[in-house]
Amino acid sequence: MENESASHAPNGSRRDFLKQSSLLTALALTPTAVIKAAENDEEIASVFEKVPLKFEVNGVKHSLSIEPRVTLLDLLREQMKLTGTKKGCDHGQCGACTVHIDGRRVNSCLTLAVMQEGKKVTTIEGLANGDKLHPMQEAFIKHDGFQCGYCTPGQIMSAVACVREGHASSPEQVREYMSGNICRCGAYPNIVDAIMEVKNGGNKI
Amino acid sequence: MIPFQYVRALKQRSAIDAVLKDKSAQFIAGGTNLVDLMKRGVTAPQKVVDITNLPLKEVVLKNNKLLIGALALNADVAEHPFVVKHFPLLSLALQAGASAQLRNMATTGGNMLQRTRCPYFYDTVLPCNKRNPGSGCGALEGYNRMHAIFGASDKCIAVHPSDMAIALAALDAVVLVSGAKGDRRIPFTDFHRLPGDRPEIDNNLVRGDLVVGVELSQNAFSKHAHYLKIRDRASYAFALVSVAAALDINGNTINNARLAMGGVAHKPWRLFTAEKFLAGKPATEENFKAAAALEMQTAKAYEHNKFKLTLAPNTVVEALKIAAKV
Ligand SMILES: Cc1cc2nc3c(=O)[nH]c(=O)nc-3n(C[C@H](O)[C@H](O)[C@H](O)COP(=O)(O)OP(=O)(O)OC[C@H]3O[C@@H](n4cnc5c(N)ncnc54)[C@H](O)[C@@H]3O)c2cc1C
Ligand code: FES
Ligand code: FES
Repeated sequence: MENESASHAPNGSRRDFLKQSSLLTALALTPTAVIKAAENDEEIASVFEKVPLKFEVNGVKHSLSIEPRVTLLDLLREQMKLTGTKKGCDHGQCGACTVHIDGRRVNSCLTLAVMQEGKKVTTIEGLANGDKLHPMQEAFIKHDGFQCGYCTPGQIMSAVACVREGHASSPEQVREYMSGNICRCGAYPNIVDAIMEVKNGGNKI
Repeated sequence: MIPFQYVRALKQRSAIDAVLKDKSAQFIAGGTNLVDLMKRGVTAPQKVVDITNLPLKEVVLKNNKLLIGALALNADVAEHPFVVKHFPLLSLALQAGASAQLRNMATTGGNMLQRTRCPYFYDTVLPCNKRNPGSGCGALEGYNRMHAIFGASDKCIAVHPSDMAIALAALDAVVLVSGAKGDRRIPFTDFHRLPGDRPEIDNNLVRGDLVVGVELSQNAFSKHAHYLKIRDRASYAFALVSVAAALDINGNTINNARLAMGGVAHKPWRLFTAEKFLAGKPATEENFKAAAALEMQTAKAYEHNKFKLTLAPNTVVEALKIAAKV
């Protein structure tokens, strides 16, 4: 098998167009087979403006068609209407866009959505269990771990990972391992308190 | 971000071929540097070759050498039990870099290949010989607080931003490369280059070269090693000056010293003169000061980074004191 699946190159020749139209027809019928075919022929694949993406968000499987340049953050917010994840800086500098991919916290603004094929993404919307808030969400409310709330979804996603990673053994360690989440309102002391309470509660989160 | 073609490489060879075939193609690993630069228009590849599905994620011990795959994540390498035990300097340097989230994305290969954080490089309306060869160096006469004090040229005074690379330079790592002409081994200190007349070239790779991993040899430095990073805030900031210090000490005598500095040059700056001075001498603050002073003789500051002429030697001495536990 060849190794590439590709997309985008809007300069369609007639030959490309023919390939595209027949491919698009085929795509509607047997997606997997044709995507395999596309993997065999970079030129065929390159007539697609959009690339197929299959992944899971908050336990729900999605099969989408996206432009390669779309970040995971923009896909979640603009196309999937999951606006809980925030865009602060869009350059990896603030942590507002923190989500979990396969259980690990990352900045979704520097993540290309197309690279998430087969991955499991969790956003702030996927943290609560129905109407029952996640213990970290409860702790943030109890300790007033926010003021305007803009950084909060990112803080909470980061905080959950921080505890799960085992990086919440002391307030000092929490401050270091939460440094990727900036809070312009300066709610830091309360955020640290909230995380320490969840950690000291000892429950698996 | 301008549109680009996305290629998912499933084999090393096809990844290399895809970049060889197309002059404007670039590999993508963690994406934490490339996506940022693409959003800002600093770089605009027409083809992006995703290498994250290649089997280069492992950290393995082989014939007394530690092999770190190019796709091993910064967070995983930093906490790898073998790295923590035998190469604490690398673990500390990795943990001093970026944030927990970014370290979950950033890869070993991508980290050493990250571009400078010089603001003139980032701002596409300003002159920068690295981004736009021939346009001039905006930092030379501009705001140059973060810039080099060693090995700069009148074409470029940018510094390499990586923390990991400083530890790898001190530990004499070897970069394993695969490319058009087969496989190569590049000693880490020869991997990055000084700006000279071609600041647009960061390192000695050529088109199509894929970093496949890094090799570290067991050494006697694990008991006396420290990475000291001085920055504008306590965490999540690039280094003003950083020092990787590793000592092989017998009693109170230094058998061997390894020293490298970050935030001061276009490449990780090995302190060969200071290392040579320290070999065979007692581990005392006095000797540390003398070694640092010797090294500083070739330093040259610009308008806003004169403070580095004091900060750099002080950081060397402090890092050595912590490493030697004196
Ligand atoms: C806000 C912020 C703060 C940061 N702070 C720090 C810090 O304090 N210290 C620090 O050291 N770093 C810091 N970083 C930088 C970060 O460490 C790098 O962005 C990261 O290590 C790059 O790795 P990556 O895998 O994401 O690379 P990518 O962005 O995927 O790639 C970077 C470059 O390397 C090339 N490349 C990648 N892998 C290979 C390979 N295997 N072979 C050949 N070419 C390859 C790509 O083509 C690209 O040109 C920070 C970044 C951000 C955004
Ligand atoms: S929006 Fe992603 S880090 Fe700021
Ligand atoms: S609560 Fe306002 S930014 Fe954190």
